[in-house]
Amino acid sequence: MAVLTNSPAAEPRPQQPPVPREESPLLTALRDAAKTAAIAFGLFLPLIGFQTIQDINNQIALTTRWPLLFAITAVVGLSRFCYSLALAPWIRERKLRPAPIAAPAWRVFIGKWFTPFAIGFVVVYPVIVIFINGFTGALKWIDNFGIQILIYVMLGWGLNIVVGLAGLLDLGYVAFYAVGAYSYALLAKEFGFSFWILLPLAGCLASFWGILLGFPVLRLRGDYLAIVTLAFGEIIRIVIVNWVALTNGYAGIGGIPRPSFFGIPFNAEDNGFAAVFGLEFSPLYRTIFLYYVILSLALLTAYVTTRLRRLPVGRAWEALREDEIACRSLGINTTNTKLTAFAMGAMFAGFAGSFFAARQGFISPESFTFLESATILSIVVLGGMGSQIGVAIAAIVMIGGTEIMRDLDFLKDIFGQTFDPTQYRMLLFGFAMVVIMIWRPRGLIATRAPSVFLKERKTIAADLVKEGHG
Amino acid sequence: MEVFLQQLINGITLGSIYGLIAIGYTMVFGIIGMVNFAHGDVFMVSVFIALIAFLILTAWLGVSSIALALIVILVVAMLFTSLVNWVIERIAYRPLRGSFRLAPLISAIGMSIFLSNFVQVSQGPRNKSIPPIVQGEFVLYTHDGFPVTVSYKQFIIWAVTALLLVCFWYLVAKTKLGRAQRACEQDQKMAALVGVDVDRTISMTFVIAAALAAVAGTMYLMNYGVVNFADGFVPGVKAFTAAVLGGIGSLPGAVVGGLLIGLIETMWSAYFSIDYKDVAAFSVLAITLIFLPQGLFGRPDVEKV
Repeated sequence: MAVLTNSPAAEPRPQQPPVPREESPLLTALRDAAKTAAIAFGLFLPLIGFQTIQDINNQIALTTRWPLLFAITAVVGLSRFCYSLALAPWIRERKLRPAPIAAPAWRVFIGKWFTPFAIGFVVVYPVIVIFINGFTGALKWIDNFGIQILIYVMLGWGLNIVVGLAGLLDLGYVAFYAVGAYSYALLAKEFGFSFWILLPLAGCLASFWGILLGFPVLRLRGDYLAIVTLAFGEIIRIVIVNWVALTNGYAGIGGIPRPSFFGIPFNAEDNGFAAVFGLEFSPLYRTIFLYYVILSLALLTAYVTTRLRRLPVGRAWEALREDEIACRSLGINTTNTKLTAFAMGAMFAGFAGSFFAARQGFISPESFTFLESATILSIVVLGGMGSQIGVAIAAIVMIGGTEIMRDLDFLKDIFGQTFDPTQYRMLLFGFAMVVIMIWRPRGLIATRAPSVFLKERKTIAADLVKEGHG
Repeated sequence: MEVFLQQLINGITLGSIYGLIAIGYTMVFGIIGMVNFAHGDVFMVSVFIALIAFLILTAWLGVSSIALALIVILVVAMLFTSLVNWVIERIAYRPLRGSFRLAPLISAIGMSIFLSNFVQVSQGPRNKSIPPIVQGEFVLYTHDGFPVTVSYKQFIIWAVTALLLVCFWYLVAKTKLGRAQRACEQDQKMAALVGVDVDRTISMTFVIAAALAAVAGTMYLMNYGVVNFADGFVPGVKAFTAAVLGGIGSLPGAVVGGLLIGLIETMWSAYFSIDYKDVAAFSVLAITLIFLPQGLFGRPDVEKV
């Protein structure tokens, strides 16, 4: 080699990166839109373009829905066109802007006052609803929204102990919910015990099952743990379905005794709640009472969890989530730590289950399917694992959102009378799960509050918190 | 003995279907380490596509040749299901690649709920049943008036499964795409450095997984002749069980696991109780995992600090 590479003249000139041929954004957007529309057409052709129906002879037959297919294709293409033309450049530009280092003042203010305000709001919620909707209209709002959401908030907080704090992925959580519900239903019907005796008993039984199912899976990690807990959840459901002598199978258990107000039943008779307190009879009193029962149970869950995080066992859970090997080498008994997490999580599910049975008055295996486990887990993950406020917000968004879908009757005026918005409830639920995960993979609340800190208490980014191996 | 033989035949048929679905789980898990919960529902969608293709062929076009109809149905189902899974990967999983572990799992569960409800809304909630496509059977031998039979459709299922497994093995072991897949499975960053298009390889993995699920779906439709929008979950969980049993990430493991789960299920139904057949399959899974956590063919999971 004669050429000395040291000399600057011999150095090869840095090659210019090939300049991409500038294309008008309109053309690009059009091409994108055409591609997307073509894919959408292929995607929806079999299932939207054709519909299987029963003809007059009750034979299966086929009809076409070309207008709908073309309408959907056009909508998809058009949205892609708008996205490529307007939204995508805007997002790109926003990403280039440097992120502010300190949170804006209004965020700090909200972060500081959110929890007390939220607790205050849920405490006075029935009063507000009665004030707005009157006595008769309030029932739906307290029952369908208040109680329903609070049950899921409580289940989410319970599962948060297992998934968010201890980092153990549990896909069969609904099994413990079922144990609680069936314990209450069977014991209350057979032996006539009251709700307040059976509530702790159901919690104990559920946590016993938590330990029992926790034992064999202690050695498993990650997705193996997930699939085995899923299998256990399904096994318990199948046993409930098939053990007809005990559980009445698919037909379920009806006529479960309802809770009373410290011995005063909620009925229209002379010794009923309304008569004793000199009020006019209304079914609303029981609903309001149930609302405050589930509210206190949910707050109890949150309070116990917050306190436990500061105790050695809670610290051990979080340490286990961060690094199991380090935990073991520091002398933490991982077996006991995992089992207590399972037991605590299961206990709160048992409480929620017995409340559920008492509220419904009827339970059947239909209420304890895998979908329920998936819903609870998604609430925990969508809210932000380990963040209690996040879990509550996710429960309100997901469960409240699907409940709102029940009464969107005005849509019938737009899409015609045959359009039934309730059909699309679960469709949108699934879609929302995907969208929220893509939008915020670490959950709606992206900060966590560590219980151990060096000098000052502050929240940290969720990315710094591990998700556990188990 | 005759009952046992007959159940063995039935079990292998059921196991072939589980095995084909299980390959989809195991491939996706092997390459991006994610449990594709929506795979069972992709299978269900493929049964519906096959059903619609069958109706178009027989009721509208009047195709009478069964062999031709089956091949066309199979190809149509494979094509459209592949497209469905390709789009799912593109919109629901790709944005979450490299994100934390639970995000794609939740996204997949959401997709699974979405798919089954999409089919419910678009095709109606009722059971869809079709007249039997293939009828008739071989009688292997008769003992005390109890014939041991292989029906033609069972035979077709075995033949198609075996043929596709050979093609699939060739694809993974001998072609460029298969090599790229195995490279991505070992180390995605390294594979990208040596010029493998990782995104495309992962997309192709989803396409192949869907195509195999569509084969299983067509076989399922031919075998049972009835489908419902909720039929994806149970076969999906069973197939996942099979994949885990065989050692998740291992392709022969998925097939063996599928056959085992199919056999356990049919034997249990024949000799014990049909109500508890799912309990049997899940118990076997739990017991295997507790004593053999990496499954039958899986690599042991080495714990590193």
